Amino acid sequence: MHPLAETIQARFSDGFLSAEEWRGDLAVTVKRDALHAICRFLKDDPSMACDYIVLVSSVDWPDEEERFEVVYEVYSIRHRHRIRVKTRVPEHDCFVDSLTDIWPGAEFMEREVFDMMGIRFNNHPDMRRILMPDDFPEGYPLRKDFPLQGKGWRDTFEFLNEGATP
Amino acid sequence: MAHLEDQRETIYKVDPAHPETEDLPILRTEELLLNMGPQHPATHGVLKVILDLEGERITKSTVVMGFLHRGVEKLAEHGTYHQFIPHTDRLDYVCAMYNNFAYCRAVEKLMNVTVPERAEYLRTIVAEIQRIIGHLFWLGTQALDIGAMTVFFYTFRDREILLDWFDELCGARLTTSWYRIGGVERDFTASLETKIRDFLAYFPPKIDEYVVFLEKNRIWLARTVGVAVISAEDALGYGLSGPTLRGSGVDYDLRKYESYGAYPKCEFSVPVGKNGDTYDRYWIRIEEMRESIKIVRQCMDQMPKEGPVMADVPSVTLPPKDRVFTNLESMIQQFKLFSQGFDAPPGEIYCGTEAHKGELGFYIVSTGGGNPYRLKIRSPSFIHMGAFDFMAKGYMIADAVTIFGSYDIVMGECDR
Repeated sequence: MHPLAETIQARFSDGFLSAEEWRGDLAVTVKRDALHAICRFLKDDPSMACDYIVLVSSVDWPDEEERFEVVYEVYSIRHRHRIRVKTRVPEHDCFVDSLTDIWPGAEFMEREVFDMMGIRFNNHPDMRRILMPDDFPEGYPLRKDFPLQGKGWRDTFEFLNEGATP
Repeated sequence: MAHLEDQRETIYKVDPAHPETEDLPILRTEELLLNMGPQHPATHGVLKVILDLEGERITKSTVVMGFLHRGVEKLAEHGTYHQFIPHTDRLDYVCAMYNNFAYCRAVEKLMNVTVPERAEYLRTIVAEIQRIIGHLFWLGTQALDIGAMTVFFYTFRDREILLDWFDELCGARLTTSWYRIGGVERDFTASLETKIRDFLAYFPPKIDEYVVFLEKNRIWLARTVGVAVISAEDALGYGLSGPTLRGSGVDYDLRKYESYGAYPKCEFSVPVGKNGDTYDRYWIRIEEMRESIKIVRQCMDQMPKEGPVMADVPSVTLPPKDRVFTNLESMIQQFKLFSQGFDAPPGEIYCGTEAHKGELGFYIVSTGGGNPYRLKIRSPSFIHMGAFDFMAKGYMIADAVTIFGSYDIVMGECDR
């Protein structure tokens, strides 16, 4: 296993689930409850020093029991290493602790995850939609059960009658 | 009317620390909410910012975006990997080439494809030219937004020269789609190489010309020096990248530290600022243009004179165009790659590329098959806007334009 993953496993034996290395990327899967503590450790520990947040993303696996996956990618400027931290959330209890207090840039990225996938973040300062309109009624566009054409919201728009002359 | 009179009486009290203000006329003060955009010429697209103002100072700003949201990430899940390349043009439509580059690199990492040497050099040369175009565009529009109009005409004159090359190279000026997974669509024409050589001699004095307009311009200095200062620690926490991060003194450039293309074979330096203000970000972009010229010159000298421009991995890469119409197997290969796609291995990758705005990354999850299962675009413009509220606090209304101008935002990339 990658030495960084070993450090995380030794420190958080309860929260650590698995580590995977593929094409040079290190991905660590952790339990949802331990995510905040592990990320705090990644930021503050001098051997990790992951001070730069790269991205927050999410993946939908509709056939699995814990349906959603939240993905954080962080980078250390001092040590020049990258770690991807992933955690799983079930659909009926769609909450993850926000990391806004660790990396303030997570605010917008988590809002986008909420907007697109419907995962909510605890202790987030401003949990609103960001790209879709605030009153968007159809749900969360990047979920796999959301059709590519949308669910008919556009059909409710009133268009000018093209045949009629003004 | 009566209640307004009452308000006027009660709102303003004399400050006990300054008794001399007692004789001044009573003024009414209150916080003002100002809607800026979505159709403001300086927002570089459609962006709305709601500013809470105290006098002319910004106390809080709320960014409203998504006017240009087209659901590119959703579209990616419903097309093959090759079909997504033209969509990347429309992200940052000012610098399409670098988006193509970043996306193709991500897919190549997923598929483990190595690009031939000549193609690597061609890609690097065009990417650096694209960086110069991006910085010229930024310099012109930023100066225009701040009030120095002259520079705009000079930078756009030189940008046109470069866009005409793109026209010659791939038939389009802005939406280029020249990069392909595993290489590039076609080689340089013979005349293009001479044109690039000429430009390498022509361009460096022009950079000095732009600098003359700005470096000693008192208005430019007053509008940029000490405006929108962000410390290195905050910049990292907000995920800023590119010139915006390097302006704060953080030496982070993926071309150097996670090197790709022909960059490891070139010598260049990464300019790093000190103060983290708008002026440092401007200075970095000027210096980066000089470095880009160096990189292009080295690539032109080192580049192998001949060789393939596309990797020969028939299951992934496209056949040469001239054979598609004459050779049956090539035609089938082309047809299958575009209609069904190639079979990607299950797994997930993140691949970041140093575009001229910052780190443009693609996070791709594959479960096998021809379509990406999930494709996430880490666009620098979107993440930079996350820091806007923090950076604008305490500055004037007029500085709001300077601040998001200094990120070099393009809304197509921000809203995706």
